[in-house]
Amino acid sequence: MKSIITVFLKEVRENLRDRRTVMNTLLTGPLMAPLIFVLLINGIVSRELDKAEKPLPVPVIGAEHAPNLIDALRQSGVVIKEAIADPEQSVRDQNADLVLRIPPSYGEAWNKGEPAQVELIFDDSQRDAKSSVERLRSIIDGYAQRTSSLRLVARGISPTIMRPLVIADRDQSTAQARGGMMFSMLPYFFILGAFIGGMALAIDTTAGERERQSLEPLFANPVARSKILLGKLGATGAFALTTLLLSIVAFSFAGQFMPTEKLGMTLSIGPRFAILTLLTMLPLVFLIASLQTLAAAFAKTFREAQTYLSLLMFVPAVPTMLMSIFPFKVETWMYAVPLVGQQVTITRLMRGEAVAASEIALCFASTALAAVIVYLITARIYKGERLAIST
Amino acid sequence: MIELKALNKAFGTVKAVDGVSFTARDGEITGLLGPNGAGKTTTLRMLYTLMKPDSGQVLVDGIDAAVDPIAVRRRLGVLPDARGLYKRLTSRENIEYFGRLQGMDEATIAARIEGLSRALDMGEIIDRRTDGFSQGQRVKTAIARALVHDPKNCILDEPTNGLDVMATRAMRDFLRHLKAEGRCVLFSSHIMQEVGALCDRIVVIAHGHVVADASPDELREQAGTPNLEDAFVKVIGSAEGLAA
Repeated sequence: MKSIITVFLKEVRENLRDRRTVMNTLLTGPLMAPLIFVLLINGIVSRELDKAEKPLPVPVIGAEHAPNLIDALRQSGVVIKEAIADPEQSVRDQNADLVLRIPPSYGEAWNKGEPAQVELIFDDSQRDAKSSVERLRSIIDGYAQRTSSLRLVARGISPTIMRPLVIADRDQSTAQARGGMMFSMLPYFFILGAFIGGMALAIDTTAGERERQSLEPLFANPVARSKILLGKLGATGAFALTTLLLSIVAFSFAGQFMPTEKLGMTLSIGPRFAILTLLTMLPLVFLIASLQTLAAAFAKTFREAQTYLSLLMFVPAVPTMLMSIFPFKVETWMYAVPLVGQQVTITRLMRGEAVAASEIALCFASTALAAVIVYLITARIYKGERLAIST
Repeated sequence: MIELKALNKAFGTVKAVDGVSFTARDGEITGLLGPNGAGKTTTLRMLYTLMKPDSGQVLVDGIDAAVDPIAVRRRLGVLPDARGLYKRLTSRENIEYFGRLQGMDEATIAARIEGLSRALDMGEIIDRRTDGFSQGQRVKTAIARALVHDPKNCILDEPTNGLDVMATRAMRDFLRHLKAEGRCVLFSSHIMQEVGALCDRIVVIAHGHVVADASPDELREQAGTPNLEDAFVKVIGSAEGLAA
């Protein structure tokens, strides 16, 4: 046990003296993800809010043909812009989001009581313009509805005759759940943080030590290699855990600055969330550290190890992507699969849904088991004759 | 005391070490001489249990390396061919690390570092980070690290490799100093003059075989030449891979 601690302390001390590693562990790893996240969410939210409340500028061609319609548009927050020469071209060139064209025949058709036509020129492939188009469409629809009701009333008919069927929306998603959907990427950021935090040490303690030719003298000491490996894994795990911890803290803090409630969402990211997330992630951190060390043990050089570990970083993205693309129902077995279990647990915790203690225990135990298995495989590789030999 | 009995090691079809046997005694310097690629490093690696021999036996102070490799390593001070240091640690921290891995207590480590630092003239460099050390400074640190636990048996793989003249002289004096302390010193070299000047016993290896195992005087006698270097060339069959 003493020699494990000796190895652990030496690796920690040596790597704390490496500015780049410390930066990755304490700054880049934990802060990058929540920062990107906050910026992203803020961007989405403020764009949506802007669209809903801001005046909507629309170039109108032939405004003089429909003064009443133009008045109605103005009252609904539409800013009538001057007509432009070639609306189709400027929409294609993205100079305008949308253009409204009122043909000269509008007034005549209106007065006769025939459907008067207006043209909405837009580009459906422009995501940005979509909400503007929807908004203008609903304003015009509203105006048409009001006019038709007035006309019916003028003829002594109840306007309800036009609405034989009404749909009432009953959305069953809770405010937390709507938030959770948006944040399903979050577990991946935590897992990524653990990857980044442990990466430098996993490489340095195995491939790096061999490349620097210090592994052979190290193995000449009267300490079993499995113990040396445990010390190294401990140090790698400690760095990864630090990154994860800071990442969770940073996110809990940053979460307060996210205007989620404006979208009708709430997130449960209090201390309970932080503690349970940490607990769920703990065995995963050591599983990742073992996997990274295993990959680094196969590499002959520092550079080769970096390549392997960068590729390894894409593995945790797979369940995250699958889960955000395919809607799924959470089943118990999912908790038993490392990575998937963490994904499911953290997402549910964030959405404020109940996660049973047995489910967290299952997730913890199965991931811990996987970590032990990977450690045993790595220890086998470590005992290999070729591992220590640099040339 | 180190005893090697009929060691064999093959890498694929290449027999790197083929039936090597010899004994290195306490209070003597035993030199392992051979051209580059003769199997010296592989022999030493089996001795300090980094590699397992395909067959044969290694005994250190009577302990079988195959039975109790940890006990064997405890009795050995090893300067391997690879002697990388930890660049972000000072010379002293490098040595302390190995001392702790040897199971020594802090006071003993500190006292031992004092002694080694004096013997190897490391006063100026002991508390400097090893990044940027000269080859000589690196070897000194590596030797102090290897010998921190005061081992009875010292194994040094090409200890003067890459050293300048002054550092080489100091290294040879240090080897004699180890011998005077009654230790069993075993070192490998491909430099004939060095082996001739230092050793009580010379084991000559070529192509994985021991081709001579004798004192310098006996070697000269066997080969029938008054010059030791001629004797080496004669028993090996060629001077290729050797240095004067």
